[in-house]
Amino acid sequence: MMLIPCPHCGPRAQSEFIYERTVDSVVPLDAPTDEAMTKLFTRNNPRGVDDEIWRHTYGCRAWMVVTRHRVTNEISECRAIGPEALP
Amino acid sequence: MSRYSALSLLRGALNGQRHWQPAWRDPEPKSYYDVIIIGGGGHGLATAYYLAKVHGLKNIAVLEKGWIGGGNTGRNTTIVRSNYRLEPLHNLFEFGLKLWHGLSDELNYNVMFSPRGAMFLGHSDADMVKLAERGDAMRCDGIDADLLTRDQVAKLEPLLDMSRDARFPIQGGLIQRRGGTARHDAVAWGYARGADSLGVDIIQKCEVTGFVRDGDAVVGVETTRGRIGAGRVGICVAGHSGHVAGLAGLKLPVESQTLQAMVTEGVKPMINSVIMSQSLHCYISQSDKGGVVFGGDPDNWPSYAQRGHPMVMEGAVAQGLALVPALSRLRMVRTWSGVTDMSFDGAPIIGETPVRNLFLNGGWCYGGFKATPASGWTYAHTLATGKPHALNAPFSLDRFERGATIDETGSGPMPNSR
Amino acid sequence: MINFSFDGKVYTAQEGDTLAAALLRNGIGLVGRSFKYHRPRGIMTAGVEEPNALVTVGEGGRTEPNTRATDVFVYEGLVAKSQNRWPNLSFDIGSVFGFAAPALSAGFYYKTFFGSAKKWMFYEYFIRKAAGLGNAPTSSDPDRFSQRAAFCDILVVGAGPAGMQAALEAAESGKRVILVEQDNILGPSLIRDGQEQDADWINAAAARIRAANGLILTRTTASGYWEHDLVTLTQRLSEPGQIPQNNVAQRLWHVRAGQVILATGSIERPMAFAHNDRPGVMLSQAVRSYVRRFGVVPGKRVVIATNNDDAYKTAQALKEAGAQIVAVLDARPAPAGANSGHRVYNNATPLSTKGARHCLKNVSALVDGATLEWDADLLAVSGGFTPVVHLHMQAGGTLDWNADAQAFVPAASRQNVTTIGGAAEPQPIFKMASVAKPKKSFIDFQNDVTLSDVDLAWAEGYRSVEHLKRYTTLGMATDQGKLSNMAALGRLAEKQGVAIPEAGLTTFRPPYTPVTMGLLAGAGAKDAGAHVRRLALYDLHAAKNPIWQPLGYWFRPRAYPISGESLAQAALREAKAVRNNVGMTDVSTLAKFEVSGPDAAAFLEIICATTVSKLAAGRGRYTFMLREDGFVFDDGTVWRLDENRYLLTSSTGGADRMATHISYVRQYLCPHLRVSAVNVQEHYAGIAIAGPKAKAVLTTLIGEEPPRHMSTVPAVIAGVPVIILAASYSGERAFEIYITASVAATVWAACEAEVLHIGGALYGLEAMEFLRIEKGHLVVGGEVDGRMTPHDLALDKMLNKAGGYIGASGLARPALAETGRRQLVGLEALEGDIPEGSMLVSNEGASPQGHVSAAAFRIIEGGSVALGQLVDGFSRHGEILIASSPTRGQKARVRVVAPHFYDHAGERYRD
Ligand SMILES: Cc1cc2nc3c(=O)[nH]c(=O)nc-3n(C[C@H](O)[C@H](O)[C@H](O)COP(=O)(O)OP(=O)(O)OC[C@H]3O[C@@H](n4cnc5c(N)ncnc54)[C@H](O)[C@@H]3O)c2cc1C
Ligand SMILES: [Zn+2]
Repeated sequence: MMLIPCPHCGPRAQSEFIYERTVDSVVPLDAPTDEAMTKLFTRNNPRGVDDEIWRHTYGCRAWMVVTRHRVTNEISECRAIGPEALP
Repeated sequence: MSRYSALSLLRGALNGQRHWQPAWRDPEPKSYYDVIIIGGGGHGLATAYYLAKVHGLKNIAVLEKGWIGGGNTGRNTTIVRSNYRLEPLHNLFEFGLKLWHGLSDELNYNVMFSPRGAMFLGHSDADMVKLAERGDAMRCDGIDADLLTRDQVAKLEPLLDMSRDARFPIQGGLIQRRGGTARHDAVAWGYARGADSLGVDIIQKCEVTGFVRDGDAVVGVETTRGRIGAGRVGICVAGHSGHVAGLAGLKLPVESQTLQAMVTEGVKPMINSVIMSQSLHCYISQSDKGGVVFGGDPDNWPSYAQRGHPMVMEGAVAQGLALVPALSRLRMVRTWSGVTDMSFDGAPIIGETPVRNLFLNGGWCYGGFKATPASGWTYAHTLATGKPHALNAPFSLDRFERGATIDETGSGPMPNSR
Repeated sequence: MINFSFDGKVYTAQEGDTLAAALLRNGIGLVGRSFKYHRPRGIMTAGVEEPNALVTVGEGGRTEPNTRATDVFVYEGLVAKSQNRWPNLSFDIGSVFGFAAPALSAGFYYKTFFGSAKKWMFYEYFIRKAAGLGNAPTSSDPDRFSQRAAFCDILVVGAGPAGMQAALEAAESGKRVILVEQDNILGPSLIRDGQEQDADWINAAAARIRAANGLILTRTTASGYWEHDLVTLTQRLSEPGQIPQNNVAQRLWHVRAGQVILATGSIERPMAFAHNDRPGVMLSQAVRSYVRRFGVVPGKRVVIATNNDDAYKTAQALKEAGAQIVAVLDARPAPAGANSGHRVYNNATPLSTKGARHCLKNVSALVDGATLEWDADLLAVSGGFTPVVHLHMQAGGTLDWNADAQAFVPAASRQNVTTIGGAAEPQPIFKMASVAKPKKSFIDFQNDVTLSDVDLAWAEGYRSVEHLKRYTTLGMATDQGKLSNMAALGRLAEKQGVAIPEAGLTTFRPPYTPVTMGLLAGAGAKDAGAHVRRLALYDLHAAKNPIWQPLGYWFRPRAYPISGESLAQAALREAKAVRNNVGMTDVSTLAKFEVSGPDAAAFLEIICATTVSKLAAGRGRYTFMLREDGFVFDDGTVWRLDENRYLLTSSTGGADRMATHISYVRQYLCPHLRVSAVNVQEHYAGIAIAGPKAKAVLTTLIGEEPPRHMSTVPAVIAGVPVIILAASYSGERAFEIYITASVAATVWAACEAEVLHIGGALYGLEAMEFLRIEKGHLVVGGEVDGRMTPHDLALDKMLNKAGGYIGASGLARPALAETGRRQLVGLEALEGDIPEGSMLVSNEGASPQGHVSAAAFRIIEGGSVALGQLVDGFSRHGEILIASSPTRGQKARVRVVAPHFYDHAGERYRD
């Protein structure tokens, strides 16, 4: 079980978080159909580092991007996302 | 190939079992093969076997980066069944199930396929309707399925908690009596021995690290044991599908996730069938050695780590104990996990890729062991003819962009919502 | 003196005895039977690595099969039974397998038992009966297991001298320390090998650690090392089979450590020679433990076989305890052991043993090429030491080869873990020559794997260490290969002609020692880890004793039977009340979101596939939502409460999914919008009132004209402010009333009084199903099954023409516009009742063309009707099909019709 450094709450047990999707799967609202389907249905899925979207669901509920190594589980970055107005 | 039989074992008893030959050779790679299969799991080996046996191809190699059967084939909970709701799925798996029933004889290798019954439990009236729907869909397509009453379930599995006030009280079940379990290693080894005897080169410790291209076509592979030319190349690497396809510049509708399983210390027979549940996410069976084998949900986030997560494991055990309280004092002796290739509709991908001469067999998620014979058979057909077999035609790679997904659970493209 | 029983006979033990010590104390040599050949086995070790002495301990629901006699401390009344034997331990029919051993070589079962799968199942029946070890309990567990989380700066695993010292230093430098030891005493190896002052040192050190706020846990095993320095500990609060204090048998700890120090020591290795599995052959350090810690001398005439210095301590201890050392067989050349004072034979390795079922009688050895023998009742062997690197490897660490010790030792790790003491620096040993006669030279004792099995596997091509393990079952027993791994690797390396590190290495996975399942489940086993959520109005419903229906983690009233009604009768009565009069029901579980701000409408038009912005304030509409791939995944209603404030409802079952979706869109896709989207699902309780008299009821309740269909107003009922939405799922004029959950009971009571007053009824989910099916309304999880497009559900005309909603591009995929898709239809029975979930076929034996997603009866007229999905269904109205359910032996002839059976024009919504 990983320790995820929530940008709002500090390091917390992984069991407080839910993995939602990868950053490369995000379909921008204005993407043309082809691009949208490519985003939705293909992944880099690297055997290495990737950017993932997690949510501190059982904590502050905020969304964040976690940069993580898929083999070693090393987390190199965890950054907040969402409206800038969020405190 | 020296044949296996009770008699040959007895003969061995007199000579100290010294007459056995290696079950497969350990050849050096040749410079060229008509077909190269990447991945020496059950699927890759079965593909090679049927390519040689059914299609008469002579010059085939299976390249395995580690040791054959060491991937998900040797890590899975060995449940074999064809009780899927959707037609393309149950047709494919049923074709496989039929092959399972004759597989030990076909391979002259006892794969210990044991049709002890694969049972889904229902915990509410709504569950029972869903089970009936699944069973009806199967029965109308000629596949065996029987609804069980509460009493029938209790009789089959006396250790299930049948109390009415359980969190998920057991209301009945749906059983596929021809389903069951098999010995996973034996499947890899049996196919390997069969393929080897038909001239297939099984090359272990040979990792594919790149593809040799000629324009839009693949003409060979780079490996840790050198470059090998090929007429056609078939990827068959389960959790590593995304990685290997990536070597050819392809991005797949696949996310690799870890799935764990565990087994208890051996005890005398206590679980008779394969127990699965509609509402609980665990499945339970007992191996011939007496260990109670357990599996749960995938870890639900991308991973190639091949290490499980304690919370997911503890959750699966809690659910299993809710079903079979008598498991409480058994001890879990081993946990392990495999990297599964979670596809974006939960169904496999078997067919062509946009790269000429390069084919893909993957996306089996957590349920491909049962398909091993069918997967090998249809993939062999595809590799031999360049075109899909009727059974795997619906499972093409382009179905996602076309909108023809085969979504058994109806939960959409995100693997972690499945 | 403590009384315990073994196989029904009562014996006495000393305080502090393990069961193994107590059995030896009572002269019991034969304790178990091996897995495959049912060979008689005794006690081989004094620790968790014990492969042979497995017994069933405890009774009833506390029965723990396969308990290592070396890992249970005797308590008053302990009941132990031998296992895997029939009819008894001494005379075990299963031992005939031993005679067949030459035919039952490694992997024999892969080579025989051919024929149909059914035939294999016949053999398998007997194989299964012979396999397994103990019996599982059949009654439920009377005890509880607890779980606890903890944090520390330093976790020290193993309270030997190295671990104690490390814990002491860390604690006294101000670190938060946890020290764990699997044994029930601290420093067991010091007790075994040390002097009296060592025991004093342990006590003093422990006191100082505690004084510095360190936590010391004995009988606690670090069993799993997971990501980011999370270690799971399993703590025994009671011994196997023992009635625990406070009901709690064991505790599972999840410890997140800043740093982990492994001081886990090493495990002694046996030696391979013929009949090395006989009771009376023991590991040297184990013998020493029994002598020095437990005061039990397991033999009188002892032969010692070793390849290292350590075994001489055993010889010394035995001698001091009065045993006779008849020979020390030292594999090393002279002068090893020269000054020990024992009769030492150099260049000596054991060859074989003789004896009876219960005991050892004779040892033979090869000494400088000659065979010598001795009469002896105990053979203590030391084949070297295997560092306990399990946790280091679980943490993802690598290993180095230590040639002096012929052992793998911890090297680098990516986690914050270091190994100290014997686990890092094992004692040097002498590399022994290859065993010439591999038959009956056991290396995996429990699974009966011999060196000749390894040779056979090699010959048959199972050459990687993983193949070898799997083919021979080596290392798969309950001791998890703790004793066998190195012997197998050694043999493999010999065969390959390489050094051991080149032969390969198997991975170590959790747990370090087997863990009780109940402990892993913790309290979760009771409710399967799935919590239940209670309706705000639960008590009011419960008082009426309804039939409950599970729905996600909720339970909702399914019907309120009165005077002995069946479910069907009650549901029909309730549905009739709605059609003819008025009914009310609890709709609190619906998903609800309050969306507000200047961009609220724009935001909702991203979530919803219909228009929203065209709604006037005070109006609402039906809406549905698409997944990104274009399939409908939920539906509900959206209401414009104010200029910039909306309420969105959607299905109960999809509530969490929808909450996540909305949050994702808000936080990730639309951070720029000026909008707030708040999940108010449980903030509001909801009551629906439906029927021709619903309007009258509402008028009375709110004292004014209620809103017209698809309008909303704020109002007050019984003094409580409420929101009223005029929406209908049942097909009648209907209202949903939303109330702050904490005060909802008052409103419910007022509504109920009025509804009952004019002859209405409460209705549950079953009646609601009848009503909505007849009306042709969809349900998520039924018609909306995640595989249907808006077009398939005949919703496409409502799509927002301007696009811009999620799923628009997914919907544009070509296959979704092709013919051959399943489409929503109505079904009317011509003959028989339509079975829900049945298949739609053109004739018996044909492949299905669709299925029945929901079936019901016309509420007033009677007759079976249903909704379903049918291939190209829109163009097939009028066709006759069979709705067939082979699993239930039911079928009906049905006519395909439009999916509305009641008031298609919507007349009944109008006032
Ligand atoms: C814990 C667990 C439980 C499961 N339970 C079940 C179950 O009960 N029933 C069921 O039907 N299915 C189950 N499955 C799924 C099933 O195991 C797989 O779908 C199936 O075994 C896949 O077989 P395969 O031959 O495709 O893959 P694998 O056996 O994984 O074979 C792929 C091989 O490719 C090799 N490879 C990878 N990359 C390269 C490269 N670059 N070069 C060369 N070789 C490479 C790998 O080393 C591996 O040996 C389970 C899976 C897991 C992990
Ligand atoms: Zn947080």
